[in-house]
Amino acid sequence: MISASGLAAQFTELMLAVLLAPLLTGWVNQCRAWLQNRSAPPLLQPYYVLAKLFAKDVVLAHSASPLFRFAPYLIFGCIALAAAIVPTLGTDLPMNAAADAIALVGLLALARLFIALAGMDIGTAFGSLGSRREMLVGFLAEPALLMVLFTASLISGSTSLATIVETLAHKEFVIYPSLAFAGVAFTMVSLAENARIPVDNPSTHLELTMIHEAMVLEYSGRHLAMIEWAASLKLFVYSCIGLAIFFPFGVAEGGDAFGIVMALPALILKLAIGGVFLALIETLSAKMRIFRAPEFLGIAFLLAVLSMLVHVLLER
Amino acid sequence: MLAQALTKYGPQLINLFAAALLLLSFAMLAQRRILSLINLFAAQGFVLFLSTMLVAWLTGQHHLYGSAALTLALKVIALPWILHRLIRRLNVKWDVETLINIPTTMLVGIVLVILAFNLALPITMLAGTVTRATLGIALACVLLSFLMMITRSKAVPQVIGFLSMENGLFFAATGAVYGMPMVIEFGVALDVLVGALILGIFIFEIRERFDTVDTRHLERLKERP
Repeated sequence: MISASGLAAQFTELMLAVLLAPLLTGWVNQCRAWLQNRSAPPLLQPYYVLAKLFAKDVVLAHSASPLFRFAPYLIFGCIALAAAIVPTLGTDLPMNAAADAIALVGLLALARLFIALAGMDIGTAFGSLGSRREMLVGFLAEPALLMVLFTASLISGSTSLATIVETLAHKEFVIYPSLAFAGVAFTMVSLAENARIPVDNPSTHLELTMIHEAMVLEYSGRHLAMIEWAASLKLFVYSCIGLAIFFPFGVAEGGDAFGIVMALPALILKLAIGGVFLALIETLSAKMRIFRAPEFLGIAFLLAVLSMLVHVLLER
Repeated sequence: MLAQALTKYGPQLINLFAAALLLLSFAMLAQRRILSLINLFAAQGFVLFLSTMLVAWLTGQHHLYGSAALTLALKVIALPWILHRLIRRLNVKWDVETLINIPTTMLVGIVLVILAFNLALPITMLAGTVTRATLGIALACVLLSFLMMITRSKAVPQVIGFLSMENGLFFAATGAVYGMPMVIEFGVALDVLVGALILGIFIFEIRERFDTVDTRHLERLKERP
């Protein structure tokens, strides 16, 4: 039964994710600039970029198919849907009955598929190069992400993210060693999935090293704006999945309105700290050669498997 | 307040430390740089020290404080210092060369962990200590260090593998039976220290003879007819 308060919570959460996502990207960029002793761009820079891109005309290649034109909207839609599944403020979300953690991974995979197709659509060398690399990273990162989510599911006995968060946040506090492994694995996966530094450099336009940027090189105007926004949203979604599984404290129980209001500052604080950590990781590590990425993600997968093993041994 | 929390979450904390030890063992297995390897070894020693302190406090076994202090002095301070000095004098800061590539090593590592967990399960059922669940992890740490000794071709990582194996054994002892008698512990600790020193001299000799610390060259050691 879908309640009105549930719908309201769902809507708030989705709008919050869509609107706050560029802010998180701006915050990470700012922290990174501070850590690297550069003068930082304004916090709202991603919004300015989006506004600028929306105002510009779209330049389409002659060989562009319809897929190239609708892909940005589809990608944005997929990731926004994923954002709606992850409980960030309260756990009483109508969407949660429809889609669990596995569907979440599926949605992200669908977005990846379309961005890779769009990259190859024009037929330039860079686009297809980027798409191939993206698929290489993706097919290794996905099982690791699933394993991390399965570990959390084993602990709470359900694949629904809302149940996972409720179990971890509101039952009696227990230390789960398996989540330590899962946390490391998840960090590695989200670095790879969000085109962050050890795997890809989000601010590069150097031909040989880019993955994500190579795929979206042909996009311009509002299409590029949608893609950039979707990329910010993806970072936001991954951060929220991480917070939901590893630091679920502060999330309101059920659809309690006061709890949801109180959960907002907690969420913003957690995201701000998470952003600092992301900037720190990106500053401290060097970008890997692309052929090291399989090893990096292989280790993430093995850690995720280990976390399941540790759960079986220590926590039953 | 703190004491209460420690009593309540103590066994869970020990499990967490056990998991951290296993994580560090895997990190050592995957590490290519020799300096980071030594730092990881020191970190493993420190986690071992913390968990031993906690077991001592939880069970009231006072001799375990002694072994914890020994761990801190030896494995966190002395041995890493000796190793750092050793590689400074050998001037070997290059990447560690592995015989099998790292993902394969990790896969073998996972198989070893499953094996160790299965082996430890029946023993775990019999034991009555608060730390019984950690026995499987301790066994896995020992096997992983063994694997590291086998898959590395240079002498220094092999020595680190040997030392880390002792960490695993020590953890198994605290986990299964609340530590060994003090005399044995002193004996083992001194053995490890002396072993590290002798292996250090041994590595120098290998380098003197072959101009490298790659142990594969030892296969050529034959009596001249």
